[in-house]
Amino acid sequence: MTQAQMQHLSAKAREVRINTLKSIGHLGIGHVGGALSIVEVLTYLYYDAMTVHPDTPRHPDRDRLVLSKGHAGPALYSILAMKGFFPMEWLYTLNVGGTRLPSHCDRNLTPGIDMTTGSLGQGLSAAVGIALACRMDKRKSTVYAIIGDGESQEGQVWEAAMTAPMFKLDNLIAFTDFNKMQIDGKTADIMNIEKLEAKWSAFGWHTQRINGHDFAELDKAVAAAREASGTPSMIILDTIKGKGCPAAENKVSSHNMPLSADDLEEALSALTAAEGDA
Amino acid sequence: MGKDMRDVYTETLIELAEKDDRICVLEADLMNATGTRPFSQRFPERTFDVGVSEADMVGTASGLSAEGKIPFAASFSTFASRRVFDQFFLSANYARLNVKLVGTDPGITATYNGGTHMSFEDVGMMRLIPDLTIVEPSDIVSCAALVKAVARHSGCVYLRMHRKGSQELYPADTEFTLGKGCVLRDGTDVTLIASGFVMVPEALRAAELLEKSGISAAVIDMHTIKPLDAELVVAYAKKTGAIVTCENHQTAGGLGGAVAELLAEEHPTRMGRIGSQERFGQVGTFEYLLNDYRMDAVSIAEKAENVIKRR
Repeated sequence: MTQAQMQHLSAKAREVRINTLKSIGHLGIGHVGGALSIVEVLTYLYYDAMTVHPDTPRHPDRDRLVLSKGHAGPALYSILAMKGFFPMEWLYTLNVGGTRLPSHCDRNLTPGIDMTTGSLGQGLSAAVGIALACRMDKRKSTVYAIIGDGESQEGQVWEAAMTAPMFKLDNLIAFTDFNKMQIDGKTADIMNIEKLEAKWSAFGWHTQRINGHDFAELDKAVAAAREASGTPSMIILDTIKGKGCPAAENKVSSHNMPLSADDLEEALSALTAAEGDA
Repeated sequence: MGKDMRDVYTETLIELAEKDDRICVLEADLMNATGTRPFSQRFPERTFDVGVSEADMVGTASGLSAEGKIPFAASFSTFASRRVFDQFFLSANYARLNVKLVGTDPGITATYNGGTHMSFEDVGMMRLIPDLTIVEPSDIVSCAALVKAVARHSGCVYLRMHRKGSQELYPADTEFTLGKGCVLRDGTDVTLIASGFVMVPEALRAAELLEKSGISAAVIDMHTIKPLDAELVVAYAKKTGAIVTCENHQTAGGLGGAVAELLAEEHPTRMGRIGSQERFGQVGTFEYLLNDYRMDAVSIAEKAENVIKRR
């Protein structure tokens, strides 16, 4: 990945953060923490790795994404709007009655959303089904899935963890957003999910662990995952919950939090200042 | 005897799959019980046994459906309802997909598997899912026809399916429509509305017993419990003035509940309900359980006579 590409992605990631915070800030409350921790992976996927068709969202040869931690929808909506799947103005309709952008992802409401999610633990199984169907149809599509660290406490995740290698789904690349926090506290204190790499490896996945905010590492890891033959891939992302928003960053309380006008202003100033540094 | 219900289920799926490459089968370690092994041999690339992980099976089926496949996913009715309710509710139904979930061994047909495996609540749970279609065939003829109708139907379906044993209540070429009940026997004094392999024949036997007592009983096979054939129920409520529902399920929440809710609003009618009354399952032979839960023909006939007396 060239320096110019990195700078381009960094600029896009800042834009995604700004749009996500404006979207949630307009409503005044939302899942800030877990949306901001996956901004880099989403940016990398939609501005580099994935083939998508904003004018034909269900194009059969597209790559798919199942955002299993569906509460992070607002971050994905920001990218989808930026990519042209729907007008940017929609971002200000988050959770308004009758909206096309509900807090949790809905495949029937939002162009570009591939699977309905929100009850934690279910998305990876759906991604397995989508990957099976893509293989049956001999498509070259890659199916991506993003699960949460708290979500990884759900038993169904580990059912799917057995199923995907059993069916040799090397068209499936999953990420774990390991921001180390869940609603009730730190994952290490509530229900420890470590040793996470050893777990996924033991289940038969090609497993890597990287800094989830580093585009060079994301690029290298996804390339390695694509090379892995005959097995699905898990890329564990070490991330910071609420990254880029001072009111939320590294705070357990950021899962679903009020975002005041002052909080928003503070975050936008910080992000704009960061832009100047770059 | 003819083919088992499960043989008909599997043969029908194979017939459908020969012409439609979207049809696929998912199992959770009960392929031999459901009887779909011949399907897996004919279409190995369209069969997915995920082991003992029913929640994952329903999620995987939902993913397949999101890509346009028509998955038939099966387990015992207890697991296909209680175990996977949230997965079926959200990943399949709320997501507006096209997943066919098959629950076998309903109610007392679980016999020696007992209370842990005896579903008296699956239909009640499923009835709470918006727009879901609930189907329970009563014989091998309706099974073949209804499996085809379920595959054609665009949307999620819960297919409550008896698997062992065979019976033919209909001529081979009978046509069935989802949502349209079948009048198996006409009558003027009481209507027995039944569903499924166990209760439809019991209701027919009860009608014969009632005839000997000079009571004319109509019998309806309500193979589609949801959406309920409201027109037919109301017509027979008006015609006979008395209704008895017969189900291999709790009397609350299922067929009896659906008919009672409808009639309370549309045409209040004297009613009785046959089924498990606020009880869990248990082990026993089929005959023991049929009598113990008072689902047998004699109990149905007695209930019908009592309802008529309240006239």
